[in-house]
Amino acid sequence: MNGYGVTDLRVRYRGREAVGGVTFAVHEHTIAALVGGDGAGKTSVLRVLAGAIAPAGGGVRRPDERRIGYMPAGEAVYRDLTVEENLAFSARAYGVRGPEAARRADELLERTGLGGARGRLGGQLSGGMRQKLALAMALLHQPELLVLDEPTTGIDPVSRAQLWRLIAGAAAAGAAVALATCYVDEAERAATVAVLSDGQVLLDGSPEEVVARTPGAVVDSAARLDPVRSWLRGVRWRTWSPDGTIPPGAARAELDLEDAVIVAELARLGHGTGEVAA
Amino acid sequence: MRLVEVAGAGKRFGAVAAVDGVDLTVEPGEVVGLLGANGAGKTTLMRLVLGLLPPSGGTIRLFGEPPSRRTRARLGYVPQGLGLYEDLTVAENLVFAAGAFGARAPEGLDPILEGVRGDLVAELPLGLRRRVAFAAVLAHHPELLVLDEPTSGVDPLGRARLWETIREAALTGAGVLVSTHFMSEASQCDRLVVMAAGRVVAAGGMAEIVGDATAVEVRPRRWEAAFAALDRAGLPAALVGRRLRVPAADPSRVGAVLEAAGVAAEVRAVPATFEETFVALSGGEPGQPAPDRAGAA
Repeated sequence: MNGYGVTDLRVRYRGREAVGGVTFAVHEHTIAALVGGDGAGKTSVLRVLAGAIAPAGGGVRRPDERRIGYMPAGEAVYRDLTVEENLAFSARAYGVRGPEAARRADELLERTGLGGARGRLGGQLSGGMRQKLALAMALLHQPELLVLDEPTTGIDPVSRAQLWRLIAGAAAAGAAVALATCYVDEAERAATVAVLSDGQVLLDGSPEEVVARTPGAVVDSAARLDPVRSWLRGVRWRTWSPDGTIPPGAARAELDLEDAVIVAELARLGHGTGEVAA
Repeated sequence: MRLVEVAGAGKRFGAVAAVDGVDLTVEPGEVVGLLGANGAGKTTLMRLVLGLLPPSGGTIRLFGEPPSRRTRARLGYVPQGLGLYEDLTVAENLVFAAGAFGARAPEGLDPILEGVRGDLVAELPLGLRRRVAFAAVLAHHPELLVLDEPTSGVDPLGRARLWETIREAALTGAGVLVSTHFMSEASQCDRLVVMAAGRVVAAGGMAEIVGDATAVEVRPRRWEAAFAALDRAGLPAALVGRRLRVPAADPSRVGAVLEAAGVAAEVRAVPATFEETFVALSGGEPGQPAPDRAGAA
């Protein structure tokens, strides 16, 4: 198989297993999303893929480190360097020199809308600007594998649309993009998703495949039907019926990835057997 | 009685009008979502509502009176940073928070929190910490809940459970004001208020705000080629799986651009998403050529 990824990956921190056997693949011209809450293991998988930490077990396929662009979560820019200096630093680190480095920096500054902030210190940027700069730093050397850890967490939808366009642009130009997000509606935009929970893959495939594989039925109702297997969507309730029966007063719901992830998590927690309580 | 009644409120910082003539109401039992890009004035408006900042103009009324210590005791605020003491246990945090409001710590904790009541907050995963923050703020039965991105960083099931708590508070008559950047959270609200440049630019339900706005959906054989061609033509396309969406574009122009580039694709107008409408209301994306300029290029 071509492309990059990890196979049966295990990661341990201080004796605790953070990742327990995860397989995750990403191909050129494609965005693959890792989705899960805080502590699900997303960062550990991406760190291994980027070569930042060594796995406790399993296989890793990645290009030479010079061909990887890595944007870690949180503080990925130097606060006491200017926007331009941050980009220049990244260019040197990845071995991009001379006019090519300047050309790429200019192009990225324009595309991120940071052109007017060249001389501003990293620490003086808004959250959205900082994330855009961090992404630009990871993109500067046109990597074959782009590893992005929660690039859009905490930023507003306008900046998010811009970031996604840059990410899609890198994929269009041929990069394999692995990105983590805690938001399912965002993961739905990727070609493939792997949903992580507690260091394991809960679901994977294209968003459509994942939704289609949801076991049993999910129904929609005005009232809560079950103390555990019901959840709120707006002012309506969804309820998972593992055996596919439609309870009275409910109708089959049109599912999205968020529902599929909730059902998988309920199944993982052992709520997949027995009748719907109501 | 309205829980929150903001009328023509403004807040200036020097020459900058962070909030400019804003009206906002929250009724008992209602969940109101507050949306806006960074710098739109959301945070300043929240501070005005919380009574942390005095308005430069207009009026702010909480429970029918100007914000004060007394109104402060009737509301519950969960900031993004949660406001918990990380070096105290769950139980200690709850006792402390309740004491600050002269209330008693909740007796029947939900079973999940019961299992960690002796754990230090610092050692809990974010989803549980958020649950603790909710329990802490709900202990004094606030009539108004103010929540800043309440479920950020939480998995979907955990998020659904937190929203059940929010809804439960609303069903018992509390009003809820939620600020968020995320559409799945916005979709849980009864009513949305969208701010841009200090003003309210749209308000109502999601469908109402989207109205008849459209986007162009492109189903190309090779998305990379279509994306590059549209990008070159100054038509910013968003990738969704292997399809592309061009907000607020003219389908015939999109079709023409793709045809000229020799890219085979199905092109059709589809209803805009709320997120697309929101970005347009926020003034679009900086750094992208405006459509008319792109047309001339």
